[in-house]
Amino acid sequence: MNEDRSLYPEHDENGKPIIDLESHKFLKLWQGPQHPGITGNMSLELTVSGDEIVESKTHVGYLHRGFEKLLERRLFVQCMPTSIRLCVAEPDPNEYIVSTAVEELGGIEIPDNAKWLRMLSLEMARLQVLLRGVPGQAGTFALGLGYQWGNYLRDLILDSFEELTGGRVYHMYIIPGGVRGNLPEGFKGRMLEKLKLIDEFVVKIDKLIFQNVVFESRAKGLGHIPKEWVDKYGVYGPAARASGVMRDVRKTNPYLNYDQLDFEPHVTTEGDVYARSVVRYNDLQMTVDMIRQILDKMPDGGDIRAQTPNVLHWKIPKGETYVKCESSRGEYGMYFVTDGSDKPRRAHLKGPSYTHANALLDKLLINANIADTAAIMVSLATCPPEIER
Amino acid sequence: MQKGINNLIEKFGASDLVERRSGLSFITVDQTKAVAAITHLKDIDGYTVLSFITAADWIEDGKMQLTYMLNNPAEVAEIAIRVMLERKKEAGESMETIHHLWPNAKKWQQELKEMYGVDFPTSPGVNDSFILEGWDDMPPNRRDFDTKQYAEDTFFPRGGRVTHDPATYMREQLDPKDPQYYTKKKKKDINS
Repeated sequence: MNEDRSLYPEHDENGKPIIDLESHKFLKLWQGPQHPGITGNMSLELTVSGDEIVESKTHVGYLHRGFEKLLERRLFVQCMPTSIRLCVAEPDPNEYIVSTAVEELGGIEIPDNAKWLRMLSLEMARLQVLLRGVPGQAGTFALGLGYQWGNYLRDLILDSFEELTGGRVYHMYIIPGGVRGNLPEGFKGRMLEKLKLIDEFVVKIDKLIFQNVVFESRAKGLGHIPKEWVDKYGVYGPAARASGVMRDVRKTNPYLNYDQLDFEPHVTTEGDVYARSVVRYNDLQMTVDMIRQILDKMPDGGDIRAQTPNVLHWKIPKGETYVKCESSRGEYGMYFVTDGSDKPRRAHLKGPSYTHANALLDKLLINANIADTAAIMVSLATCPPEIER
Repeated sequence: MQKGINNLIEKFGASDLVERRSGLSFITVDQTKAVAAITHLKDIDGYTVLSFITAADWIEDGKMQLTYMLNNPAEVAEIAIRVMLERKKEAGESMETIHHLWPNAKKWQQELKEMYGVDFPTSPGVNDSFILEGWDDMPPNRRDFDTKQYAEDTFFPRGGRVTHDPATYMREQLDPKDPQYYTKKKKKDINS
């Protein structure tokens, strides 16, 4: 690349690049909606000059199923199977935010044992995402081996989910009032054995990815997010922590029993793809440690559900709330409005992908190489369903 | 009381304060003062993060509620600014843009125009389609948009999508010659 990229293309008085496609100096290139380097059903309209991106525009709408509107026509308990589909890769935070919003507005306090079980479910969900996500970042630079290893271990965690909840991908475990079941017999022991395998994987991944010269040379300095952009563009979770800003709802606004766990989310200041990978790698180790702590500290049995009104006739007084938790991608929240009837008046999901994949990604891709598009996008962990809802 | 709330009440005439829990408050600000209040919260009171903008349709009250969720990371506090717009029957409510405060606001505003019909004049790309493509019906998230009717008009009839009454269908499948057999048997059992 030339040293001063601000000189080309020329910009108008409003600071927008002057792109004349008729001049044949530029080309429109679509990345997605079907593309191995895309994080789901979305597409990027790239304007390129040679192999350099001069403008990017995110397009969504390939996956819109009207979930928010559908929730307005369902009883509170019927919201559960719909809302979990708001993010396929990590559905458990959806269960948590919807259930907690219903409980908060409905005046329900859940038992302590249910809080621990919810934490276990949420951390297991984070773990299975990171087991694919951390090595998946190397996959965007054509280093696919770690992803295969991670997928095997993810499958073991899905086995545990099946054991705990009956479902592998969608669990429907967290419900208004508590959770659906206690730990099966011997679950703790089996989970601890799986965590030992993940400890070994963590060492291998360090050697495979972070000590790999290709990964290092391509990821360092790529997709840089300055610290000042974190608030301005709405950067959350690991992406914000890689730019030197502590953003973790579990730490800043502790919910459930997270204040009883000993953990310190990793913060670094480089703000590039490499830094975001390092933060996620540390998140992976931290999640393993947190699951061990949860299994150690949680009570052996106890109530798992609070008394709720008959779910088929449950009316909640007029009110509104905003409930949030920390997903693997960052702050994940539900704005919930009730009107005294048996259905929500409004349910609005706020996921980090909304800001990450729109204004931020458009900005980050300028002056990047076409081959680095997937790496930058994956480093932000965008999830299209939570944008379209 | 959370930082910024007093200013909102004294300087901007905010009302209907609801403190949902520690660090989360909801308050209503008049439409004409809303952008000034949000600017004050951002620049003076440290609410530097715009979490989201969304709407709730109170059709029976003739109001369209906009909610601006602002976050103050340093104080670990959030304020939701409610703005109640006069609801129009044919959509087209209008509100000032805040994209000059947060660049990402333009996407929420674009979405609100598309899904609720609330316009934000001068917001970049507000008239571009966001999720829907070639949509010429009522904005679909308004309460009076009938999703079921739309689906029936647009997607039906389609082969293989026949709807049965479950009880009648089961009776017909169990005994096609006498579909009422099980009903009669059940009544007989109850009577005996």
